[in-house]
Amino acid sequence: MTELSLTRPREHARSVPEAGTRLAPRPRRGRRLGPGRAVPGALLVGPVLLLIAWILGSGTGLLDPNTLSPPWTVVTTFGDLVADGRLQSNLLTSVRRAGIALVIGIGLGVVLALVSGLSRTGEALIDGPVQIKRAIPTLALIPLAIIWFGIGEDMKIIVIAASVFVPVYINTHAALSGVDGRYVELAETVGLSRRAFVRRVALPGALPGFFTGLRLAVTISWLALVVVEQVNATSGIGYLMTQARNYGQTEVIVVGLVVYAVFGLVGDTVVRQIERRALSWRRTLGS
Amino acid sequence: MATHPGQLADPPLADTAVRVRDLTRGFGGRAVLDGVDLDIAPGEFVALLGRSGSGKTTLLRALAELDGGVPGSGELRVPAERAVVFQDSRLLPWARVLDNVLLGLDGADARERGRAALAEVGLEGRHRSWPYELSGGEQQRVALARSLVREPALLLADEPFGALDALTRIRMHTLLLELCVRHRPAVLLVTHDVDEAVQLADRVLVLDHGRILTDRAITAERPRDHHDPALAAHRDRLLTALGVHR
Ligand SMILES: Nc1ncnc2c1ncn2[C@@H]1O[C@H](COP(=O)(O)OP(=O)(O)OP(=O)(O)O)[C@@H](O)[C@H]1O
Ligand SMILES: [Mg+2]
Repeated sequence: MTELSLTRPREHARSVPEAGTRLAPRPRRGRRLGPGRAVPGALLVGPVLLLIAWILGSGTGLLDPNTLSPPWTVVTTFGDLVADGRLQSNLLTSVRRAGIALVIGIGLGVVLALVSGLSRTGEALIDGPVQIKRAIPTLALIPLAIIWFGIGEDMKIIVIAASVFVPVYINTHAALSGVDGRYVELAETVGLSRRAFVRRVALPGALPGFFTGLRLAVTISWLALVVVEQVNATSGIGYLMTQARNYGQTEVIVVGLVVYAVFGLVGDTVVRQIERRALSWRRTLGS
Repeated sequence: MATHPGQLADPPLADTAVRVRDLTRGFGGRAVLDGVDLDIAPGEFVALLGRSGSGKTTLLRALAELDGGVPGSGELRVPAERAVVFQDSRLLPWARVLDNVLLGLDGADARERGRAALAEVGLEGRHRSWPYELSGGEQQRVALARSLVREPALLLADEPFGALDALTRIRMHTLLLELCVRHRPAVLLVTHDVDEAVQLADRVLVLDHGRILTDRAITAERPRDHHDPALAAHRDRLLTALGVHR
């Protein structure tokens, strides 16, 4: 009853033609429930604001240089590190480690996800162990990894790869299990072979999940890199930072952090660009 | 009327594209198909009518051998070269139009044939589009092209023209008949539209209470005139069989 009496007058009001407003042009908008227009340079807005806060904080003396070196010191230190070549050589070592581990980890993740997503036997064999691996932090694996593989490059790459494959596996596998059954039916009616089914239906269907996993993997490879390089290394950005800590050089530590941040962001952006290309067939809330 | 085993002599197997005997299918203990008998001759165009929920899709899926998990029994013979047009267009969203048409086909001339099939359904030049860039009717036409390019011995179509406007629908009818004359597949067309059934089919069936209780042969020459009194009589009878009383 109350509802009726509430809605009636409104409906009535709507049916009365209001000469001026009825045909007034409405501005064209995007999707009503979408996130809105794209903000220009969206990726940079947050970081730039942080940078400004840092500059202001250091300039006004609000930030103690012993807590966090001011940006200009960091810049000169950066210059020095580049001039004597230490930054480049350590960065190269780190990028190489992360890169090799990423390739191995992504390959492993995809293959395991395919085996486990496309066969029940595979799932029974693979899914459980991966879930268990997921529960173990990378740091906790290092002592065992050192005993098994020594303290050389192999150990580092294996530890990073072991962290990287997990998100790739989990997301690819989830997307694969989520491929619409109607497409599987279609594949059956057109008589696709198992191989053609994997290539035409399963893989493309799992691609969005794979990219989610890939973005996490790139970030995680960088995180795992920090861990292995700070525990046991004689080169790499993490090693540079560990040494700086021993000598109390916060400006070197900050340079290391900035390098990690820049490379992490660059990695993520590259993956997102690839994703955008590869998934151009999608029309989603975010696009 | 419906043919029951033993009632009529079965036509020899060589002369049938589809043979169904005493087919039953049910969901959760409820019989949806309850002893369906059906023969379709090679090149014969059969339309299947029935109320919503009467089991038309269930029968079509049985003929497409897509109902592995559904409990039921009965004899079923269908040719291996089948093509299905689903109630939804069911295009792979990640494949371009031509790749959708060619799904599962290979061979040197496949792309040429795919383009020709697209041209036949009036989608020349759209072969590089993504499915989401097409209108609903265009997507349905791609699905039709995908079926026709396979030159099937049996074409199973589940309300393929449901999403089309009247004009496109008539064009698609003409097209389908032309293609049937050229490739001579046996056709089972599920539709809600009595006019469509009477315009196109050699035989019209009505599925009711899990059985085919009406089976009318329509012999009028094609192209058929909508106002032909013989067709009008068929329409009336079929509407009555569907429970529409006027
Ligand atoms: N997978 C399923 N699980 C349970 N019940 C089902 C399933 N598929 C179909 N049914 C039931 O079987 C009956 C027949 O369904 P079917 O899809 O064959 O109808 P239809 O004649 O094609 O209807 P429409 O014209 O609306 O497409 C319906 O009552 C439906 O609810
Ligand atoms: Mg149906």
